[in-house]
Amino acid sequence: MTDRIAILGGGTGGAVLANNLAERLRPEIDAGDVEVTLINDDPDHVYKPIWLYVPFGKREPADARRPLQSLVDDRIDLRIDRVTRIDTDGKRLELRDGPGSLAYDYLVVATGSTLAPTEIPGLEEGGHDYYSESGSLALRDDLLSMTEGHLVLSVIGTPHMCPAAPLEFVFMADDWLRERGLREDVDITYTYPIQRVHGNPHIAEWAEPIMDERGIDVETFFNADAIDPEAGTVTSMEGTEIDYDVLAAIPPHRGVDVVEEAGLGDRGWVDVNKHTLEADEAEDVYALGDAATTGVPKAGSVAHYQAGVVAQRLESEIRGRPATETYDGKTLCFIETGMDSASYVEFDYENPPSPAPPSEKLHWSKLAYNESYWLTARGLL
Amino acid sequence: MPTTDIEPTDTVDARGAACPGPLMDLISRVRGAESGDVIRLLSDNDQSLTDVSEWVDETDNELLAVDESGDEYEFYVEVA
Repeated sequence: MTDRIAILGGGTGGAVLANNLAERLRPEIDAGDVEVTLINDDPDHVYKPIWLYVPFGKREPADARRPLQSLVDDRIDLRIDRVTRIDTDGKRLELRDGPGSLAYDYLVVATGSTLAPTEIPGLEEGGHDYYSESGSLALRDDLLSMTEGHLVLSVIGTPHMCPAAPLEFVFMADDWLRERGLREDVDITYTYPIQRVHGNPHIAEWAEPIMDERGIDVETFFNADAIDPEAGTVTSMEGTEIDYDVLAAIPPHRGVDVVEEAGLGDRGWVDVNKHTLEADEAEDVYALGDAATTGVPKAGSVAHYQAGVVAQRLESEIRGRPATETYDGKTLCFIETGMDSASYVEFDYENPPSPAPPSEKLHWSKLAYNESYWLTARGLL
Repeated sequence: MPTTDIEPTDTVDARGAACPGPLMDLISRVRGAESGDVIRLLSDNDQSLTDVSEWVDETDNELLAVDESGDEYEFYVEVA
């Protein structure tokens, strides 16, 4: 009997997992004993961290795209389609284009994050993000024409992709405006929903003095409730109002509807055991990356490491051995602190982050990784 | 055992979430709530004791009660 593994989503987690399984289960796949199907609704794989550089004119959205077919092992059955229903009792996926539905024995949900700007009145019209191609291009246009005024970075939705990116954005904007001789005419304000500048207290403690030194104003306990694009104001649930000329916003995030409709978790995030990555509400279902509620950042490194864990567990299950591999919360992030310096953090469930002193070397390490990422997606790095 | 007899309108179960997850889950639920609703937040993270009360102090919402039961906490927040 053939074991059928379906991977839902071809982002970092899905692509790395597919290639990892193709390597681990090569004999079984070649013998027809295992089938691995990867389903993605876009023929391209997108490496989202590139978008941080688009507003500053350093990269183009096209730099973040490559055909999924060119990255995924030929042993993987790649389907460009959209899953419209997950039936975890019948172990079937309904597909938009089909033909028919797809039966599975093991399902891995790697559906990532989606943006939900409409949850905040006025946000779509009044703000831009760098968490999408269109948002990063619109923000680039605004920034390039900005010679004076107030640039506001507002973290509205949490959890959100790449928790360090809002800090990176204001550090880069500060440096970029200084280099262009505009910083004295452009004020920068950073808002965050809780009482510090980052969810992780260790990273917040590291970032706050840098923001102070750079003259980046901070508003904490600021949960944007409404944006008035005409007046150019952001109003918070706490009753504070901020005027802006350019608003870079981190919109509310969601998972995908089919996950919620399948009863796997709220807002499209899958409730999982944070060590085994098995779904709480269904048998033989795993989730990884942004889609999984493990409490660690929604970051590419997390998806990468979790893919290795799920691959090993699936290999064990298919070969009739106990699955022993577990995820320890490992997370790795470079944090840009300007246009030519960066820091770096590595942490897990037990060990908190301790940001490295910013350096040019770490900045180039980040840029170098952004290039070598394509080897990660192919399962080689 | 809970000591309050407050009837919540809605419950947010953030047990198992690391900080600031419980507070963010509460804020998210308050966003969509009506004035007068009472949100019950369940958390097993000590940090929530300060996070939640500090945030509520910044708003017009009211922290009606906090129940402690072993390592778990129940916060009752009335939406302004």
